[in-house]
Parts: sequence; C-alpha cells; structure tokens
Amino acid sequence: MTEHTLKMRKRPKHLNLFQIRLPFPALVSILHRASGAILFLLLGLLLWLLQGTLSSGARFDAVRSALSNPALKLVLFGLLWAYLHHLLAGVRHLAMDLHYGTELEMSRASSKLVFFGALALTLIAGVALW
Amino acid sequence: MVRREVVGAHYGLRDWLAQRATAVVMAVYTLLLLGAIAFMPRVDFVSWRALFAAPWMKMATLIFVVSVLLHAWVGVRNILMDYIKPNGLRLALYVVVLMVLVVYAGWAAQILWSV
Repeated sequence: MTEHTLKMRKRPKHLNLFQIRLPFPALVSILHRASGAILFLLLGLLLWLLQGTLSSGARFDAVRSALSNPALKLVLFGLLWAYLHHLLAGVRHLAMDLHYGTELEMSRASSKLVFFGALALTLIAGVALW
Repeated sequence: MVRREVVGAHYGLRDWLAQRATAVVMAVYTLLLLGAIAFMPRVDFVSWRALFAAPWMKMATLIFVVSVLLHAWVGVRNILMDYIKPNGLRLALYVVVLMVLVVYAGWAAQILWSV
C-alpha cells in the first residue's frame, strides 16, 4: 500500500446532486440528455398527433381544439423547449466536433447562448401560438 | 508480453458518426418543415394534407423518421448504459426500446402512405 493509494482513498467525494453547482456547459450537457429522453418518451404522442391531423378534416379540427386545453398546451411547449434545447445543444456539439469554440471562454459563452436561446425561442413561440 | 488493444466492439465510431449524420438530417428537415408551413396560404387541413401528399415530402419525412429512430436508439442506449447497472434489466430495456422504435417505424410508414 503506497502513500499515493492511501491518499486516493481519502480523497473527499462530493456527489450530492442538490449541492453541486453546475457551470453552464455542464447544465447544457445534462439538459441535452434530459431533453433527449423527454423527446424519446413523447415520440408516440407526436406520431399520434401526425396521424390525427392527417387523417381527416374532422380529426384535424378535433386535435386543434384538444390542443386549446391549457394543460396540453403546456405539455406541447415543454416538448418544444426540449426540441429546441436538444437542437441548439446539438449544433454546439457539431461545431465543437469541427474544433470551433472549444476554448473555455467560447464554450462558456456558447453554452449560455444555447440555454437562454432555447428558453427565449420557446417563450416567443409560446406568446405567438398561445 | 500481452498485447492489449483497447478497441472495443468497433461500434463506437460508427455510432458517433451516425449520431451526427442523423442530427444534420433532422436539423435540415426541421427548417424544411418550418419553411413549408410558413409558405402555406392558410394552415388548415387541406394544405397540411397536401404538403404530406407530395412525394418529395413523403420521402423527406421518411428519411427524417428513420434518422429520429436511429438517433433515439444511440441516445437512449447510452442513457441506459450509464444508469442501469444490472445486466439483465439493461438488456431487457434495450429490447423494449428497440421494439418500440421498430413499431414507430411501421406506424410512421403507415401514416405517411395513408395520405
């Protein structure tokens, strides 16, 4: 047992998720995963909506009036946020794959752009389509 | 001497590339759909159905749906890999996710070709 491994063992772990402060790039990263999971879970809803709106004029209108329900609207805007966040974070990923914006300063700035950009676009769509 | 090469099962690069290629397809389709809706004279059933009746839109949507399903598979599999430790449960969930995605693929094709 060397001194090194002893030190490793005593190294403090701080994995309380409610106390860890996430820097913006980390926040965007975990939200990329969370929004992806939400999108997967709601894929069936989207297909169902596509089927409904394409099948007949009556069903189209029925879906439309069902979506005037505020609770359903909130679900759809949540879905829209997930889509936008996932899309913007994905574009950021692709840019970084091409070695754009990989420096710390730029990556912090772009993570804020993704986070607030997705929220802002969702808000704009929400106001426009409510 | 033991020669060890940490190369895995060789699906890493393929999945990495597939995730990015499908992402680009979906981003382009998103802009295409938004553009098509923006150019509709009125957003009603007739123009909505006419949009999806066009062969190019059917094909574009099919490519989009296939991209979504491949992308979802890689993404959901990664999430399950990270959080579901018992092997049996994780493999069972893989199978469930795969089956759901295959069903969605069939459902999407049925929706598109009923227009």
